[in-house]
Parts: sequence; structure tokens; C-alpha cells
Amino acid sequence: MNKFEYAPAPESAALVDIKSQYGLFINGKFIAPKAGKTFTTINPATEEVLAKIAYAELADVNLAVTAARNAFTKVWSKMPPAERGKYLFRIARILQERSREFAVLETLDNGKPIRETRDTDIPLAAAHFFYHAGWADKLSYAGHGANPKPYGVAAQIIPWNFPMLMLAWKIAPALATGNTVVLKPAETTPLTALLFAEVCQQAGLPAGVVNIITGDGATGSHLVSHPDVDKVAFTGSTGVGKAIAKAIAGTKKSATLELGGKGANIVFEDAAIDEAVEGIVSGIFFNQGHVCCAGSRLLIQENVQDEVLEKLKNRMNLIRIGNPMDKNTDLGAINSAAQLSRIKDLVDSGEIEGAMRWSPNCTLPSSGFWYAPTIFTGVSQSHRIAREEIFGPVLSVLTFRTPQEAIDKANNTPFGLSAGVWSDKGSRILWTAKRLRAGVIWANTFNKFDPASPFGGYKESGWGREGGRHGLSGYLKGQY
Amino acid sequence: MRIDVMKTYKLFINGSFPRSESGRVYEVKDSKGKFLANPCLGSRKDLRESVVAARTAHHGWASATAFNRGQILYRVAEIMQGRIDQFIAEIIAQEGASPTSAKTQVQSAIDTWVWYAGWCDKIDSISGSTNPVSGPYYNFSIPESLGVVAIFADAKPSLLNLVASLAPIIASGNTAILIANEKSPLCAITLAECISTSDVPAGVVNVLTGKFDQFVSWAGSHMDIDGIDATGVSKNDLTELKELGAENLKRIYSFNELQTTKRMTNFMEVKTVWHPIGI
Repeated sequence: MNKFEYAPAPESAALVDIKSQYGLFINGKFIAPKAGKTFTTINPATEEVLAKIAYAELADVNLAVTAARNAFTKVWSKMPPAERGKYLFRIARILQERSREFAVLETLDNGKPIRETRDTDIPLAAAHFFYHAGWADKLSYAGHGANPKPYGVAAQIIPWNFPMLMLAWKIAPALATGNTVVLKPAETTPLTALLFAEVCQQAGLPAGVVNIITGDGATGSHLVSHPDVDKVAFTGSTGVGKAIAKAIAGTKKSATLELGGKGANIVFEDAAIDEAVEGIVSGIFFNQGHVCCAGSRLLIQENVQDEVLEKLKNRMNLIRIGNPMDKNTDLGAINSAAQLSRIKDLVDSGEIEGAMRWSPNCTLPSSGFWYAPTIFTGVSQSHRIAREEIFGPVLSVLTFRTPQEAIDKANNTPFGLSAGVWSDKGSRILWTAKRLRAGVIWANTFNKFDPASPFGGYKESGWGREGGRHGLSGYLKGQY
Repeated sequence: MRIDVMKTYKLFINGSFPRSESGRVYEVKDSKGKFLANPCLGSRKDLRESVVAARTAHHGWASATAFNRGQILYRVAEIMQGRIDQFIAEIIAQEGASPTSAKTQVQSAIDTWVWYAGWCDKIDSISGSTNPVSGPYYNFSIPESLGVVAIFADAKPSLLNLVASLAPIIASGNTAILIANEKSPLCAITLAECISTSDVPAGVVNVLTGKFDQFVSWAGSHMDIDGIDATGVSKNDLTELKELGAENLKRIYSFNELQTTKRMTNFMEVKTVWHPIGI
């Protein structure tokens, strides 16, 4: 039988108007950086330069924090909470109106498939603003006391894997609770944050309530150590998270940190195997595996290992890798050359340490950064690929015999962000969920997100939660 | 004439009362300079052994029913009630407190146990939730104990501060290493004696005496301590503690109020579970 081929179904890049150069969004206006330095952002699927981006240095950071402080003192803290909420509702609505444009821009700048930006990133980002808009005038019902108070100025630093969604996770709760914001998007994915600045202008958000500054790690470091910042919110690597925790140790700053993970996805012998295979695939190949909560360690009960692996390999043969703008694409580009080399380094270590590597036959585009979906079998717990976060489409497969062995292996990591359980038996799922030391447990599903659902990790996966009632406490004084 | 029997103040680790592994003690005097006791000068190894005991005890304590934990905490209050005179005498001696204020302090400490005992089977209802996600999923969030928590208690009022830190931490299912303030260690050890006769499982509470600043650097850098109640730590030591604690992202908090749910929830982690709804 002939293989059923998909005809290309490309989304149009002409839907967005990318400027050749972007300034810093400070106090409601785009301004040039004081020292005039810029850097470029590229499309990782083609390596084409998309735009020149302003590079914020200390003087620019100072300006942004001052703008946020003034907006907090003079406007935002005096505004009735219900009115504050209306601005968030406006932002949510404008994001919905312009969602196609945002999805295209996100895919161009990040490399992830348009299907994901269109169906997940942008709708969830809008939903996050809508959800938190409603909290603004209901904070006294949130279980944080009768009259909870914001910190003031929040410094927020976000990663490149879900640029708009992470922006929404940070800005929506901060504004709803009455804080003002200086946000720094990742160096490789600044464009949707800068488009969001336009949304703030369209929504009529008072100047200085949201400031967006672009740059690299040094910019972020200036922002975190600025003396007039009250609260730090960071999503990114555990290494940087620890450095932030050290940097603010002697200060009054409070922090929430969403850091790395090495999630275990546990498949019991009684699981619905076909569904589990779909969950394994979405667990590790969603967003090219650039997901802190990815199910990157697959733990299969030994007696179903052969069946699961055979079905998994068959399913992986069907993954369509290529042009992220094609609506049929499952696996897009790796976000940067640096990330690609880190993935290659860890995969090499897996082979050197004796695990067996397998990938489907697939052709990778000649330009851009790409990595074929990969699984390792015969992985032992001491291997680097079982211990370190790869942050790419690479799955490490381990096995277990008893449920207790699954728990011991799953918890044998300094991380504790996510885990998955696949079983047809309710009591076994709850038994397992109770013993897993992780902040989010997906049972018979994986990689589901919702603004109403708290997200965040145990142990070295971070401090605090984002989303839901619990996420508000990170932005209210005296809660941590 | 009868000579009094003096008490040897020892450490409390894993349900036993050992002397410090260091073989060292320090002298504690009362406010008038009179000798009171030679409590142990706890060492880094004593701390490590306490962490092992607390880690080992954690799973069992956290999986005990909340009702059971509540009864055990209440039992501590019952036992302390019977030792009220001893606590009053120790507080007068080590703090220079008046008999009336010492008595009030002990009564408040006992009532604090009772307050937190009642929270054991309620805190999950107050701080957990079911979450209305947009899809066919049942989604709920529950708080769980963090694990092993070290406590640096304030010097005065000594007993009340000890209890206000310890009771919420074990009420929420954590296991604890209580580091007694070096100026007022006596009632910490007497508290340990009450705990050891209250059905609190071995290792759930461990009590150490010694030099606070040494314990700050040992506890801060210990990679198997999950959280620290730093209420009694000085401002300078707190910076050091937080810098060291960053290495494994310890949850480090200080508190003003004696009775607050934050003393429980800050040492708990919220776990969110998703499951599809379908037939």
C-alpha cells in the first residue's frame, strides 16, 4: 500500500509585519537603548535574520525600573482593582483578536510548529490574561488574608521555549495582584514580547505598568540585582535559578523560580498501551522537547517493554519533521545553534556510556537547526542522559519490575517538576501519584496546561507555583 | 540534708538521648551567673545523623493519617501539662523571667500545640483545591509536606518560640531538626523528653544544642535538608544561610506570628494531579 502523503499546507509569513529594528518598551514608548547597541534575532528554521533588537544595558534597566516604580506609586496602586482587571480583560481580548498574527510571529522567531503556536501557546496565553483579569477584584477571597498587598515592582525573566505563554504566566498574575512589571524575554525569542508591547498600547494600559527590555544574561543580571526591584520571577535553567537565589540572599526581594526537570513517565503493565504511546510522544516530542516538564525519562514495566517500544517506534516513524510554518508539521526546529550543540553533546554521552540510540529515518532540512526524534534504550540511572535535562527531542527509556521500583527510580533526581502515570487501575494511579515527588502529575495524559491549574516544582525544580489560586501568592506580600 | 539529683542535658536524635559525638559541652549560667548545666556542643556529625533520622522517618510520618498526627500532637500538649513546673523553673533560670510570665509562656506553648493539633486534618481542605480546567479532565491540587526541615528558634520567649516553630512543621507531615538557641537550651531538651513519651515516632523530631552560627553554615549547606525555619537567625547569618541554601534551593522562611497557617503551608509543596474524564 502506498504511504498516505500530506500535501504542504504552509501558513503565510505575510500575516505579520516584522520591523527591521525594535527599541526597548519603557514607560509606554519604544525608545532606543542609551548606548545604541543591538543584536539580531533569527528564524531558527532557516537562519534568516528577522530583525535587529535593542540591547539593554544597566542605564536602560535603571530607566525601566524607574518607569515601573513610578507607574506603581502614581497610577497602578491607586487604581480600583476592578478597573485594573478591565485592562487585563482588554489585553486578553486583543490577544484573541490578533492570535493568528502572534502564532505566526512566534513560529518564525522560535521554530516551533505553527500547529502548536496556533492551538496551544497563543490561546493559552490569552486565557491566562482572561483568568487573572477576574482575580484582580477578588483577591480577598483567595485565602491570602483580608487585604493582600502587591510587592511593587516585579522583575521577570522568561525563557525561549514558550515565549508568549511564559510572558502571560508572568505578567497576568503580576498585574492582577497590583504589581508593575519589567520583563526581559529570552535573547533568541524577543519578537512576540515586543508585539505584546503594542497590545499594551492598544489596550491603553497606563505607561510604565509593563516595560519590556531586551538583551542577554547580563541584562537579566542587572535587572535582578536592581535595588528598587521588590520581586523576582524567573523561568529557566536550574543553574541560573540558583545564581538568582544567591544574588538576592541578603536582600528583601522575594522570588518565584520555575526551573529544570527530568520528568518520569511511568507506564504500568495494565496501561492502555496505544494511548500511553500517544502520551509518551506528546510528553517528549511536544515543542521539540524544549519543555521543562517533559516526560524525558520513560519508565516501562518490564513485561510490556517490547510491546511499548515497538508501538513507540512505529509511531515515531510517522512524526513529520520540517518547515514549522507547515500546518502538518509535528516537530519543528531546535531553537538555537547553542541548544542543538548541547543536545548533541548529551546524546554523544549516552552512546559513550553504553545506551542504545534509535531514530526513525527522516530527512532534515539543510539550513536551520534540526534534530531527529531520538530514543535511548538500555539506559541506566547513572547515565548523564538519565540525570541531566537534555531539553530536546531525546527520550531515555528505563524499566522497572515492581511499583515501588518505579517510584524509587522516578524520585531519584534532584528535580521534581512533573511526572506521568499510565494505568487502568484507579487505586494504582492514586498510590503512584501520592508517592511521586513532583508538582504536576499527569495520569493517563501528559503535557496539559491551564490557567486555573497551578504549575511548579518540588526540590530543585523551583520555588512557588504559577497559575490557579496558588499562583497568586507569589505576587502578594508576606505569602512566602 | 538531701543533695539534689542534677540532670544531664543530652541531645535527642532518632528517639534516643545521646551525648554529642564531639564529646564537647558548653556551660550555661542563669541570669545571676550561677551554673545551670553543661549542654552538648552539637557537631556537624550530630546534625548529619539527625538529618538521616529525619529523612528516614519522613515517609511514615507523612503517610500517617492526619487524624493520627493530630492526636499525637495533642498528646504532646497533655504530657507538657504534667511537666508545667519544670518548664517554669527552666524558663525562670535561663531567661531571667518572672514566675508569672514564665507560667503564661508555658501555658501559651501548650495551647499552641493544641491549636496546631487541630489543624492536621484541616490544612489540606483549606489550602488544596479542585481546579476548573478547560477540558475533560479532573484536576486537583493538594499540599504535601516538604520533607526535612531545620528550625532555628529565637532565644526569648524560648519555649513558646520552640513550639510555635516545631508544632506546625510536624503537623503538616514534615520531620524536624530543632536547633535550640544556645542561650536557652534547657527547655528544648525537656521538650524533647515530652516528645519522646508522646508517641511521636523516632526521628520525626530531633533536638540539637550548640553554637547557632556553626549550625547555620552546616544546615545551610546540607543537601538533604529541604527547608529551614530561620525565625531565630540574625540578619547577617540569614544572608549566609540563604546563600548556602541556594545550592539546593532550600525553602527558608522567618515568621512573626506564632499561630498562622503560613507556618504550615510554607513548608508544604502543592501537587496538582490531572486525570481525563471519560467512559
